[in-house]
Amino acid sequence: MAKITLDNLAHSYLPNPASEDDYALKELNHDWDDGAAYALLGSSGCGKSTLLNIISGLLQPSQGRILFDGRDVTHAPTAARNIAQVFQFPVVYDTMTVRDNLAFPLRNRGRDEAYIAERVQEIARMIGMEEMLNKKARGLTADAKQKISLGRGMVRKDVNALLFDEPLTVIDPHMKWELRTQLKKLHHDFGHTMIYVTHDQTEALTFADKVVVMYDGRVVQIGTPEELFERPEHTFVGYFIGSPGMNVIPARIDGNKAYVNGSYVELSQSYRPLSGKVEIGVRPEYARLSQTDGLPVKVRRVEDVGRHKIIRAEFFGNDINIIADEGEQISADMNRVSFDAGHVNVYANDWRVQGEAA
Amino acid sequence: MEKTVNQKAWFLVLPVLLLVAFSAVIPLMTVVNYSVQDTFGNNQFFWAGLDWFREMLSSDRMWNALGRQLAFSGIILAIEVPLGIFVALNMPKSGFWASLCLVLMSLPLLIPWNVVGTIWQIFGRVDIGLLGYTLHAMGISYNYTQDTLAAWITIVTMDVWHWTSLVALLAYAGLKSIPDAYYQAAKIDQASRWKVFRFIELPKMMGVLMIAILLRFMDSFMIYTEPFVVTGGGPGNATTLLSIDLVKMALGQFDLGPAAAFSIMYFLVILLISWVFYTVMTNLDRKGA
Repeated sequence: MAKITLDNLAHSYLPNPASEDDYALKELNHDWDDGAAYALLGSSGCGKSTLLNIISGLLQPSQGRILFDGRDVTHAPTAARNIAQVFQFPVVYDTMTVRDNLAFPLRNRGRDEAYIAERVQEIARMIGMEEMLNKKARGLTADAKQKISLGRGMVRKDVNALLFDEPLTVIDPHMKWELRTQLKKLHHDFGHTMIYVTHDQTEALTFADKVVVMYDGRVVQIGTPEELFERPEHTFVGYFIGSPGMNVIPARIDGNKAYVNGSYVELSQSYRPLSGKVEIGVRPEYARLSQTDGLPVKVRRVEDVGRHKIIRAEFFGNDINIIADEGEQISADMNRVSFDAGHVNVYANDWRVQGEAA
Repeated sequence: MEKTVNQKAWFLVLPVLLLVAFSAVIPLMTVVNYSVQDTFGNNQFFWAGLDWFREMLSSDRMWNALGRQLAFSGIILAIEVPLGIFVALNMPKSGFWASLCLVLMSLPLLIPWNVVGTIWQIFGRVDIGLLGYTLHAMGISYNYTQDTLAAWITIVTMDVWHWTSLVALLAYAGLKSIPDAYYQAAKIDQASRWKVFRFIELPKMMGVLMIAILLRFMDSFMIYTEPFVVTGGGPGNATTLLSIDLVKMALGQFDLGPAAAFSIMYFLVILLISWVFYTVMTNLDRKGA
């Protein structure tokens, strides 16, 4: 278990990166606290796996340092870092039995057989494969194989960190939930530092204490699920987290009013004049459709998703989503939308701007 | 769903059947024909039953040739398979050097058998050959026309030179199909180089290696041209492998009956060994599942 520090870290797959665009991972400074569970969230190709592979030592960063508890391990090989990592697609040693697969990392480290047998049994129970221990791994289904991969990742108790690279992609939905719960329990019991890469926001939000959102090779926000929801620091976070994502509407800000096409929306804070691309962001949860309050919208369609209704509408030429309670009646004459002023965020060039008390 | 029964479909198989009949079955039948008859010339044949088979089975000549043949196939497999794997493991994985390696290694495979034989025949000559002359000048006694060991070393080296590339290329293809994640996981699990080979690379290569071994076995078991060009089966009978002996018998001595019986048994031996090998390997494979 260790605190992992990334110091000026950046990586490019090109030998001579010229501009910032050449970097798969842009310059990054971050501390992963000892014993915390992190989720690394972002769309495909945003540098999540690159970052993970740098931490585990499978990849050497182009610049910067990695420290484990203050010790520089930037150039240390994977074995010396004592890290466990589980990959997206199952990796099992086909010719070995399930038992030998699980025991493999321990045997390679020369642990005694009695300890290994006990650990293997424990892990097998955790992943629900006790009856299959003597089977060869080759003939198993993809999700059984992935459970073995997970088990191999968890079998060592003394690892500095456990890294998961979208490990549940090939697992059945109900098993997914169960395994995620197991991982959380494991984290709770042993307090390993865990980093869990995913592009599934539900997975990220349920697993982690802190979610790290990445976009285009850059970390755009690190926060608790609540922070990500209430105050997305970047429009990408607003868009990526939440279902549907945050509404982003071009606006002109003047003091504590945001002007959209001549009409204005009240803000809870006051802002200095902003330049560049200025937008306001409102979560669909904080928008309300009514007959009388607010600005005009044109409702296109209403989707009933069971727990609530999603209203897809047009707002001064912009697409906008509004969430209404399941019980709420939506009538044809409801053509106005109002926003909860305390939950309207202001963005300049995609980054959130902090206002001053109005 | 009901299966449609249409006997006319057999007509579609007919062309293939005819082709196989003319290219394989009928020639084989003529051999069978010779093997059960005797002749004193004039195209007059007499029924001989299984006499030729009995004669061949009790002749030391065939057993000796079979022994030499098995030794030859065994030796070249024991060298080419490990060497091929070793070469494949050490080939560059991608880029210019990988392509260059592939091209260079394919070259021996493209050279016709008799040319390979001629190359080595000249290469090993003590009077003008680079290898033979150099060895001789260094005081090492090497003369494949007189010394049994030298003759064997020459034909084995020749075969290794000619065919190791095939094993290496197949093994290389097997290695290339292993996803990176396996090597990464092995690093995480702190597996040694040997364990990576034993538990990742070898199992993943098993399929292609089986094909390589089967091909090399059958090919080496039927080898004729190369040793014939180099040693002509000599010195004495030291490198007279099965097919060389067979040709001597059939075309040199014109003993058609015994030669035909010999051919059939030769064919059955190849069939039998290949079948046993294939069955054992696929069973091993299935047992793992």
